[in-house]
Amino acid sequence: MRLVNRHPGRGAGWLLGVVPFIALLCTYLLGSHIRTAANPDDKLLPTPATIASTLHSYAVEEDVRSGEVLFWADTVASLKRIVIALVLSATIGLVLGLAIGAVPVVRAALAPFVGAVAMIPPLAVLPILFILLGLGEVAKITLITIGITPVIVRDLALRAGELPTEQLIKAQTLGASSWQLVIRVILPQMWPRLIDSLRLSMGSAWLFLIAAEAIASEEGLGYRIFLVRRYLAMDVILPYVIWITLLAFSMDYVLKLLRARAFPWTEMNR
Amino acid sequence: MARVTVKNLWKRYGDTVVLENINLEFADHQFVTIVGASGCGKTTFLRILLGMEQPSRGRLLIDGRPVPPEPGPDRGIVFQRYSLFPHLTVLGNLILGLELRRSWLLGRLFGTRRREAVVRAEGILEKVGLAGARDKYPAQLSGGMQQRLSIAQSVICEPRILLLDEPFGALDPGITADMHKLILDLWAANAMTIFMVTHDLKEGFELGTRLLVFDKLRHDPQAPEAYGAKVTYDIPLRRAKVPDLTYVTFGSAQGELRGTAKSKVI
Repeated sequence: MRLVNRHPGRGAGWLLGVVPFIALLCTYLLGSHIRTAANPDDKLLPTPATIASTLHSYAVEEDVRSGEVLFWADTVASLKRIVIALVLSATIGLVLGLAIGAVPVVRAALAPFVGAVAMIPPLAVLPILFILLGLGEVAKITLITIGITPVIVRDLALRAGELPTEQLIKAQTLGASSWQLVIRVILPQMWPRLIDSLRLSMGSAWLFLIAAEAIASEEGLGYRIFLVRRYLAMDVILPYVIWITLLAFSMDYVLKLLRARAFPWTEMNR
Repeated sequence: MARVTVKNLWKRYGDTVVLENINLEFADHQFVTIVGASGCGKTTFLRILLGMEQPSRGRLLIDGRPVPPEPGPDRGIVFQRYSLFPHLTVLGNLILGLELRRSWLLGRLFGTRRREAVVRAEGILEKVGLAGARDKYPAQLSGGMQQRLSIAQSVICEPRILLLDEPFGALDPGITADMHKLILDLWAANAMTIFMVTHDLKEGFELGTRLLVFDKLRHDPQAPEAYGAKVTYDIPLRRAKVPDLTYVTFGSAQGELRGTAKSKVI
């Protein structure tokens, strides 16, 4: 049988998926073992035991100076920023995307502008944001929002434009006004697209969050990583990176689940 | 009911003439079938009736008034495909027209008014044989069921004119007989004029009370786009006499028409 026609079964597929993770873990453990055998104080590849004890002091014990449990305080601070920014971007993206996709006059007025804004590298604007908005939460949330909103707007506008003309004409022959056309025909079909768009923007959102936190912050996952970098504290950085990955992965998974549950009709169209 | 008048109607895209000086008059409650080769402007004619396209010259009147330059609830349309709303169930698709008309802000009905609309829609679903599919989504329906729903969706709004753009062109030949019966029943039960574009000459004869053939009469080999299509045959039909054209291809049937129906040429 040809290789391209061989499909792994359910169990085998799962097993194959796990292999790269285990391979990575084994490589790390081996490297860690070799380095600590040569130098028990090695900082670059700390042993699981060192990581566990550091994580314990970060995630269970209160910090002597601030009285907070740093790991969770960082997590809450970062999640707050990214969730607010995502909600904000989704709202702006949906409204602008719909307007540009559905109304030719708005498209003529705003599409070139959004196209140009989307080309501004958001990190280049970061100093401006810090100067104008100060070093607080607003600047960080704004950075993430500026970074991902144009992408969502353009994606939704494109998707709205891709709806078959027949559908829009049909709705008009059923008596739909422009407003009704948007809220009963276009918007309901854009919700699942918005979720897709958010999922694709998630990576950039985390990138902008960490960047903003690294430059000016007092707490947050990105802040912590960059803070302990000076001490080469890989035993902090590694669990934080894994935790961030896990958080991003879960958010993506929840959105995926929401899409399948809330919009059953999209799956049938495939 | 609608009287449709077409006066000196031309349609051109740039240098390409599609329709050339069309003059027609349609009485109330006719079933007009339009046939012709591909690219001879029959769909363009339908789109002008719909308001999707504007005539380059000439006028189109419904009951003596010019057609508004955009689609509206007085003219229903059924396309060959894509005219259902994929995010709504069969019932949702059907009551959409009622909801849009009775709730201008939300386009949704609630409570008693919704129940009224649902009762009316269920009656129609029964009639078009979709009662069992009430809660399915369009993607779960067969092609024939989709077209039946699309027709019902337009008819529930009681348009004065119903336009059909090759509605059965993508369906299996086996089910077109059912569809023909359905559309004739609906036409008989509702006070509407139907215009139907079709590739199938036999279908045109079977369904119509009047058959129009669109064709290019003049042809310039150096500039094929210089002349547009005209109505070459305009044949009043009586339903009792259905010619058996099952095995006649379009071209030869047209030749036959040229021989027998020359007096009917405009």
